Amino acid sequence: MADEILGAPELPKAERMKVQRHEMPVQNPLARIRNFFEVALGYSAETAIEEAQRCLQCANPPCVKGCPVGIDIPAFVDLIRKADFEGSLAKIKETNTLPAICGRVCPQEEQCEIVCVMAKKYKPVAIGRLERFVADWERDRGLVSTPELAPPSAHKVAVVGSGPAGLACAAELARFGHKVTIFEALHKPGGVLVYGIPEFRLPKAIVTFEIQNLARMGVELRGNFVIGRTATVHELLNGYDYDAVFLGTGAGLPYFLGIPGENYIGVLSANEFLTRVNLMKAYDFPRSDTPVRTGRRVAVVGSGNVAMDCLRTAKRLGAEEVICVYRRTRNESPARREELEHAEEEAIDFRWLSAPLAIFGNEEGFVTGMRIQRMELGEPDASGRRRPVPIPGSEYEIAIDTAVIAIGQGPNPLATKSTPGLELNRHGNIVVDERTLMTSIPGVFAGGDIVTGAATVILAMGAGKQAALGIHDWLARLARGEVIKPQLA
Amino acid sequence: MFKVVSKEEIAPKFHRFVVEAPEVARKHRPGQFVMVLPSDDGERIPLTIAASDPGSGTVTLVVQEVGKTTMAMGLMTAGQEFFSVVGPLGTPTHIERFGTVVCVGGGAGIAPMLPIAGGLKNAGNTVLSILGGRTQELVILREEMAAVSDEIIHTTDDGSFGRKGLVTHALADLIAQRGNPDLVVAIGPAIMMKAVAEMTRKLAIPTLASLNSIMVDGTGMCGACRVEVDGKTKFVCVDGPEFDAHKVDFDLLIKRLRMYIPEEQVARERFMGAHECRATAGIARG
Ligand SMILES: Cc1cc2nc3c(=O)[nH]c(=O)nc-3n(C[C@H](O)[C@H](O)[C@H](O)COP(=O)(O)OP(=O)(O)OC[C@H]3O[C@@H](n4cnc5c(N)ncnc54)[C@H](O)[C@@H]3O)c2cc1C
Ligand SMILES: Cc1cc2nc3c(=O)[nH]c(=O)nc-3n(C[C@H](O)[C@H](O)[C@H](O)COP(=O)(O)OP(=O)(O)OC[C@H]3O[C@@H](n4cnc5c(N)ncnc54)[C@H](O)[C@@H]3O)c2cc1C
Ligand code: SF4
Ligand code: SF4
Ligand code: FES
Repeated sequence: MADEILGAPELPKAERMKVQRHEMPVQNPLARIRNFFEVALGYSAETAIEEAQRCLQCANPPCVKGCPVGIDIPAFVDLIRKADFEGSLAKIKETNTLPAICGRVCPQEEQCEIVCVMAKKYKPVAIGRLERFVADWERDRGLVSTPELAPPSAHKVAVVGSGPAGLACAAELARFGHKVTIFEALHKPGGVLVYGIPEFRLPKAIVTFEIQNLARMGVELRGNFVIGRTATVHELLNGYDYDAVFLGTGAGLPYFLGIPGENYIGVLSANEFLTRVNLMKAYDFPRSDTPVRTGRRVAVVGSGNVAMDCLRTAKRLGAEEVICVYRRTRNESPARREELEHAEEEAIDFRWLSAPLAIFGNEEGFVTGMRIQRMELGEPDASGRRRPVPIPGSEYEIAIDTAVIAIGQGPNPLATKSTPGLELNRHGNIVVDERTLMTSIPGVFAGGDIVTGAATVILAMGAGKQAALGIHDWLARLARGEVIKPQLA
Repeated sequence: MFKVVSKEEIAPKFHRFVVEAPEVARKHRPGQFVMVLPSDDGERIPLTIAASDPGSGTVTLVVQEVGKTTMAMGLMTAGQEFFSVVGPLGTPTHIERFGTVVCVGGGAGIAPMLPIAGGLKNAGNTVLSILGGRTQELVILREEMAAVSDEIIHTTDDGSFGRKGLVTHALADLIAQRGNPDLVVAIGPAIMMKAVAEMTRKLAIPTLASLNSIMVDGTGMCGACRVEVDGKTKFVCVDGPEFDAHKVDFDLLIKRLRMYIPEEQVARERFMGAHECRATAGIARG
């Protein structure tokens, strides 16, 4: 074969440490703020193999414990070194069904990579980038490896929500041979992966590919179906005759600040802003029909991953000044370092220790400005972070055309409120059994952000898989007559 | 895909669609709506379910052409499909036996009124309807509304049909003649609902309005539809669309509806450029 790539030899341990961690090639900041193409370009096969050579192949690898789903990292990395990319991907897929996605969006620097032995003296092995590489390799070559499916069981399972939790749960259940239908409220599957995380961090084609894989495994996808409206959970179990239900409805309810002026035109939730741009393709307006207005000066309140996505999206939509308003400092910013650095390279104006006090508008109701209070760090609060306290008399105003509120999301109550008997905690998250992820209703399981509150893709995915095991077990007991399905409430 | 079973023009720039959506038809209650995405690259727009038939698995939508999306829908024909129809969304109207209810519908607001008036009638209420439009042809669904009303009053701005004047004039006269009804339901342009609310507030007549804010998802996820009711922020798509009209900040609603006027203009012009003859014909009529 012309494009056959040869592996690289195992280096002596001392040699491995001399190899520098390979930088991720990225689009130049000046170019990328004018397009929505992916920022990080990915490793070449050669780079991946060289990077893989750095792994010490620890006998008791801490990286595996750092990964929420426990991927056999040394094994998949070593297969990359040997240029057995298919084998490497198969290894990853034993535990992670969405490697092209996790390799891109996982906070690796806090999970698998932070504990890598190499990180102590040198830089960690670029585990996430390698994971991404093998997944892309497969997809680029149109190689599709659907896992082997068990013979069909007699059971039907309804998965509600097509975010990472629902997708992972569906994939696992299909492997066990169960008939799965995913019910999704929106017209496109993928949850936050399609409506939230922008194209320049996670190309939608990747999500589409993963979903096509699910379809190949026999999973049925029903979009435009809102649980709690189109049908209830109890109806799924009875009228629709599913034997079990998984709720992976995410944390989709936008929070606002509760400050004066928040309903002026041009004050948007991060969800609205990102949904208009990503799901509804407003970046392509008027070729697509959904508009989004940003104007020249955009302020984004908050400093997590969601805020970074809004800031960088606003920049790409052509805003001249994009301002991040956050009441703590850069150190406390919950965003991934890489995203923060990318945003800084893209000339985002970060106003640390700044809390919004009020939003102003004009006669017609359009937003025109924001009053900001300067803060300083005081004593540590319950979370251990130093609490921001206002500096008296330090208020100032900025002129803006758009404000995007990215201070977090709560659980959307549509599905939960329409399900009598479902136990929720005081934040509205679903309470589940820690091991099986079964809710207070027998046969109804839940996982992902709807249980944990807004978290990460990999945790949601892990929960989806864990619930699939719980469901599989429950179905077996159902077949043996040890449990019964709840009747219509 | 959601097949358009039939489509007819019931008045200039008003189209009645019967669409296959069996699950929606089965669950629909008066006051609920669907989000329709006519084509893959389109915009999701909210439309009230004017009627539903669980037997044939269809819902009826009455759509007024006001911008790009609704104009494009006006060009569709039976047999074509909507990319997506999702629902039924929103909290159904609280229907009980109130006594006498006055249903005030203006323009496209008459379509959402139809199932509500029907529901109220079935629950044993005396339903008095006031339907208004700019001119005779724009007072839509007259027969359908007559079938669910004990009495019906029509108004037109130009006096071409029924009473000359606004629905609020008719409402004031009705109240003057018959005394306070037990409930008023107002659906129409925000400015009309505001006028009704101001009148009935003074008379302490309980009044419901069905708000038509701009929406994106229709499921409580984006907050685009937020309004202020009793000083609190509410999401029209899940907390509404109906609210106590006396507590709604209509001025804010009216402002927020203007959010995308320049963009809507761009979309409309672009669309008309591509569909010249048909669209200009539409404008000439409008
Ligand atoms: C802008 C943004 C950026 C992020 N960046 C990162 C990142 O870089 N790295 C990372 O690890 N995590 C990131 N996250 C967090 C991560 O995306 C979430 O933790 C993860 O998607 C949660 O998965 P989930 O399956 O629980 O829910 P979701 O992805 O929220 O999916 C839930 C799905 O359920 C559907 N649904 C809801 N209610 C109903 C109903 N009643 N009926 C039918 N369907 C329903 C929704 O439409 C949605 O499609 C980010 C989140 C956002 C918003
Ligand atoms: C709950 C609800 C139920 C509705 N039911 C119906 C119905 O049964 N029949 C019907 O014809 N219309 C209904 N509407 C209004 C309908 O959604 C809008 O007419 C439509 O979104 C306009 O889209 P467009 O692209 O054609 O026009 P655009 O170009 O987007 O808008 C043109 C003008 O219409 C107004 N407008 C825009 N969006 C809305 C909106 N969501 N609601 C009201 N006015 C808007 C604005 O003033 C705007 O300038 C309903 C709206 C809501 C919120
Ligand atoms: S899934 Fe995430 S945490 Fe696990 S190995 Fe991959 S990048 Fe690291
Ligand atoms: S800890 Fe680091 S060096 Fe050790 S096996 Fe894991 S990736 Fe390799
Ligand atoms: S339309 Fe998005 S929250 Fe109501």
